[in-house]
Amino acid sequence: MAQIRIEHVRKEFGAFTAVQSSTFTIEDGEFFMLLGPSGCGKTTTLRMMAGLELPTSGEIYIDGEEVGQKPASQRDIAFVFQMFALYPHMNVGKNISYPLLSQGMPKAQVKKKVGEIAEILGITDILSKPVGGLSGGDRQRVALGRAIVRDPKAFFMDEPLGALDAEFREHMSDELRALHDRMNATTVYVTHDQLEAMQMGDKIVVMNHGVVEQFGVPQDIYDWPATKFVAQFIGSPPMNFLDFNGMVGTGSTEIRLNDVAVTVPEAREGTNGGIIFGIRPEHVRLDDSAPYRGRVIATEYLGTTQIVTLETANGAVKARLSSADRVNVGDQTGLHFDARTITLFNAETGKALKSAANMEVLSNG
Amino acid sequence: MADVTLNGVSKSFGEETALDNVTMTVPDGSFVVLLGPTGAGKTTTLRMVSGLDKPDTGTVMIEGRDMAGLTPAQRDVAMVFQQYSLYPHLTVRQNLEFPLKSPILKTPQAEIDRKVGEVAEVLQISHKLDNKSTALSGGEMQRVSIGRALVRNPSVYLMDEPLSSLDAKLRSDLRIELKSIQANSGATLLYVTHDQIEAMTMATHVGVLDNGKLVQFGTPREIYENPVSVYAASRLGQPRINVLPADVFGGAPDGAASIGLRPEHIVQGEGEESMVTRVEHLGDQTRLHLAFKNHDLITVTDAHTTLNEGDVVKIRPNNPYYFDANGARVA
Repeated sequence: MAQIRIEHVRKEFGAFTAVQSSTFTIEDGEFFMLLGPSGCGKTTTLRMMAGLELPTSGEIYIDGEEVGQKPASQRDIAFVFQMFALYPHMNVGKNISYPLLSQGMPKAQVKKKVGEIAEILGITDILSKPVGGLSGGDRQRVALGRAIVRDPKAFFMDEPLGALDAEFREHMSDELRALHDRMNATTVYVTHDQLEAMQMGDKIVVMNHGVVEQFGVPQDIYDWPATKFVAQFIGSPPMNFLDFNGMVGTGSTEIRLNDVAVTVPEAREGTNGGIIFGIRPEHVRLDDSAPYRGRVIATEYLGTTQIVTLETANGAVKARLSSADRVNVGDQTGLHFDARTITLFNAETGKALKSAANMEVLSNG
Repeated sequence: MADVTLNGVSKSFGEETALDNVTMTVPDGSFVVLLGPTGAGKTTTLRMVSGLDKPDTGTVMIEGRDMAGLTPAQRDVAMVFQQYSLYPHLTVRQNLEFPLKSPILKTPQAEIDRKVGEVAEVLQISHKLDNKSTALSGGEMQRVSIGRALVRNPSVYLMDEPLSSLDAKLRSDLRIELKSIQANSGATLLYVTHDQIEAMTMATHVGVLDNGKLVQFGTPREIYENPVSVYAASRLGQPRINVLPADVFGGAPDGAASIGLRPEHIVQGEGEESMVTRVEHLGDQTRLHLAFKNHDLITVTDAHTTLNEGDVVKIRPNNPYYFDANGARVA
């Protein structure tokens, strides 16, 4: 198993730059997520790590060895695609053993190895079945088995669960993660589903327009997004953004939102002009005595919680509240913001302003 | 607007029973969501009401009128499908006008213009009215197809997973839009989905279908808080309800075969020991996977919990549900 290091990797397709200049490190044994909307460069990044595309410039290190310009076959990695292709004329066991036999491994050893893998994946009883009649889950397991059986240095997966329905996807994502925890194989996983990334990943890279927006552990990225894009892409519903014009000086702990003073974490950098006030829905409380006002325009019941949408002078705000709270459309109320959790963004660049609260996370990339 | 009543409706396709004696009333002005996995009979129910299919037995009434023998056109219903099909050679405006220009209706042009303008405003597509329908994004196309249903002002709207092909952001915007259109216009809406978030957030009533049978009908809150069976309880709630043998915590009532614990029904810090097997930080909350007496459980805890894999947490049930061997609720 291996550490993977990406340094200043860039990829151009003709005039189009798919990946600008990515730098990050995947530690040995990590379950690592490449997250972003379609066209952000995540799949291209993965394909460059795998050797299916060669970078225009930059270096890729697998286990300390620079492999940037080497083809996939010399990298000792395994790739699992969204559309897992199995050999239709072979049974399950043959599909899994194929990579080993083609490497020239002795038959007895292959048999032992396939047995072990089948055990791990819980497919021992279907080894002699044709792949044609298998369920979607079993097909996925066979495809995984074929990838695992070679003991590669790393696994690369491109939206492997994307084609499955919601219920089954959840089941398979648990299974994949559990499999990773048993084998501790370095895994790089591409997805556009933020919940899947949060749920499965040890670390996440968030990409947009070919640029790495942020890199870190899921909770840090959720709490202290480096950019407005990240704050919006992660979380459901996403972070609320209230636009205002004003000034934030280094050391200030208060801003004025529609002439109401709101406490914020102590600023560590200043700006003047268009600013965005960012707060997560679960950090907004309704409190009739709070001076910042809003009107309820929608409520959405979600079981234990409800999402309440309010209209304010600075835009719409969503609050996540207990379903036990009685809230009605049309109510006028005050909004209380949990001061410790607020992020301010520069409206022009979309970058988070450094504060005493997010300083540590943002300095890590 | 109108109410819709199904009375003892059954339908088979060959050997397959698609609907089994479904009786249900969609009240006037309500937003009814039919919920269930693939094959539960959701779409078949919709097709019975629309007239695209006929029931083998039973009756469908709209506004008290028996619909037997009436074609979809004669029923005054509007359908929106998952796959929006717009006329590709027409502009957005022409697509929206199309249903009103039917020779039967003879709508005056001024009236058509007014309706199209109104609907475009509500769906925020006014600025795209003169675009070719093919020059729209997926979300805009779906809005136009919803708009085409709205201009007709039918007695009932029937929608079959209209949001499922859209991306998450747009889905959540359109959820709120659809709900407010329905609430403001007082329209009757029958809506099919397998997405529990859509069911919970939009519906005034949810009908839970299981293998062609309507097993529960009530407000989202009734179904979430007072499910009639394991099946109904499993339809709503993320993460899903935990179902364990009834006696794992002791104190099970007579006849109970299993205990159902929603994640919030598990109190942490008191009771018997369990071990944390996995911690998932989802941002606003953290999911704990627990091992308890050889069973797996999922519960939720504070976003910034310090618990780690391998830690021991005491748990006890709080207001659990009990189900009998057939899955029916006993307590």
